[in-house]
Amino acid sequence: MAVLVVADVHGSSIDDSTHKTVSAALAIGGDVDILVAGENAGDAAAAAAKISGVRKVLHADDAAYGHRLAEPFADLIVSVASDYDAVLKAAATTGKNVMPRVAAKLDVMQISEIVAVEAPDTFVRPIYAGNAMQTVKSKDAKKVITVRATAFKAAEEGGSAEVVSVDAAGDPGVSEWLNENLTKSDRPELSGAKIVVSGGRALGSSEKFEEVIFPLADKLGAAVGASRAAVDAGYVPNDYQVGQTGKVVAPELYIAIGISGAIQHLAGMKDSKTIVAINKDEEAPIFQVADYGLVADLFKAVPELVDALG
Amino acid sequence: MKILVPVKRVIDYNVKVRVKSDQTGVDLANVKMSMNPFDEIAIEEAIRLKEAGVAEEIIAVSIGPEKAQDQIRQALAMGADRGLLIKTDETVEPLAVAKLLKKVVEEESPELVILGKQAIDDDSNQTGQMLAALLDWPQGTFASKVEKKDGKLEVTREIDGGLQTIAINLPAVVTTDLRLNEPRYASLPNIMKAKKKPLDVKEIGDYGVDIAPRLEVVKVTEPPVREAGVKVESVAELVEKLKNEAGVI
Repeated sequence: MAVLVVADVHGSSIDDSTHKTVSAALAIGGDVDILVAGENAGDAAAAAAKISGVRKVLHADDAAYGHRLAEPFADLIVSVASDYDAVLKAAATTGKNVMPRVAAKLDVMQISEIVAVEAPDTFVRPIYAGNAMQTVKSKDAKKVITVRATAFKAAEEGGSAEVVSVDAAGDPGVSEWLNENLTKSDRPELSGAKIVVSGGRALGSSEKFEEVIFPLADKLGAAVGASRAAVDAGYVPNDYQVGQTGKVVAPELYIAIGISGAIQHLAGMKDSKTIVAINKDEEAPIFQVADYGLVADLFKAVPELVDALG
Repeated sequence: MKILVPVKRVIDYNVKVRVKSDQTGVDLANVKMSMNPFDEIAIEEAIRLKEAGVAEEIIAVSIGPEKAQDQIRQALAMGADRGLLIKTDETVEPLAVAKLLKKVVEEESPELVILGKQAIDDDSNQTGQMLAALLDWPQGTFASKVEKKDGKLEVTREIDGGLQTIAINLPAVVTTDLRLNEPRYASLPNIMKAKKKPLDVKEIGDYGVDIAPRLEVVKVTEPPVREAGVKVESVAELVEKLKNEAGVI
């Protein structure tokens, strides 16, 4: 039995989600290899080789993989998949984009966003925005799986796996990367942050969002998130969205400010260890999942909180 | 060009789902059903492309029960030209849906298929990518902007970290994200007119696609319930609890 983890590569490094996906792979059992695909991704491959429990790292280097375009990337994964009983990738936007393409080319029904491994062929995944948990047993000989990284502990470092080069699988030439407009921030990345401070529509404007939410986040060394309503209203960019169709987070501390708590938002944060809600509407559904609720005007309470934290 | 828009009948997004006590699934009896919200965005985008003169015809297709005609009629009322229902009472997994849609694409020869990035019932996020793979077409997933330029499609995608813009050859598959557009409401006259638009109904067996599930649902259970928390009276009390009780700051 052998399992392949497809790494989340960013330039010369790999994301923590890769370590977490390795944990899911180890829970399935057998030998675990990692595929690192990128452009000049040698350092990323070396980083992947340090993850404990990994047998070997497959390193594919080609300009076609630099921007993670679905068509060449899926062809590469398919080209190495024959040696494996299961292929896993974190359910971040790249994994969600590429893996179903891989699954269909292999005639496999993908198992999306697993949160637990019950047996090598049986997995638990959330459905209906996490309002129900489905346990499924796959009848496919090969499994194609995306992993909700926050549900697994990161595999430790300390390994020294062999790195082997694999051939690029060509580029069908049907897609072209034009540009990326990425949010620049010195704050921690939302998906992996220990503390997340999120704002909702009650903030009222992007200026107020910055004025109220950012100082608290900076005081706590936290990442900043937002409800769909705040993103739709244009207060913050799309990649701040926490929820069913945005990012799923499970930090030590999640502070929801001016967020009412629609089920689609709760789906993205209710596995956080401690949840704080600040909202002036005491009937807001967010209070049903909050460990600590403060019914207050956020424009007064949040600056007060910043001061109280010294 | 011709645009095919697959739409799915799902539990309405405002309904709080209940897991059945026998753990076989969620209770769908007497529950409000609607068009998957992401598919509504797909229909809207197709209509806007038609209004901009880029598209000539929009076909809405659904795979589901007889009642899924309601969702197709909604698409027609919004502005789609004709509908196709592939009728089944079985649960059809994304891979089988993609295989069925491939057959429809072969019959209809659209230049573009636009569909929701995921259905809000099974949250799979697979069908569009799988259809693109089976057709060997490029894919523009999680789109927040779609433009036809120089014979290609420029798609701005919502990705982790921000936005990515790609150019893909046509024919192509595009899946919609939340901020692509705001779907219109169908007006009453348009709802009346939609009743006269053509809607073909076919049996799933007509397509010769194996729809046997690959995933056996062992059980469906309630998610772990969070214990009810407490309300604090002041910011000072909140800070004290976070420091000394929760130990998270």
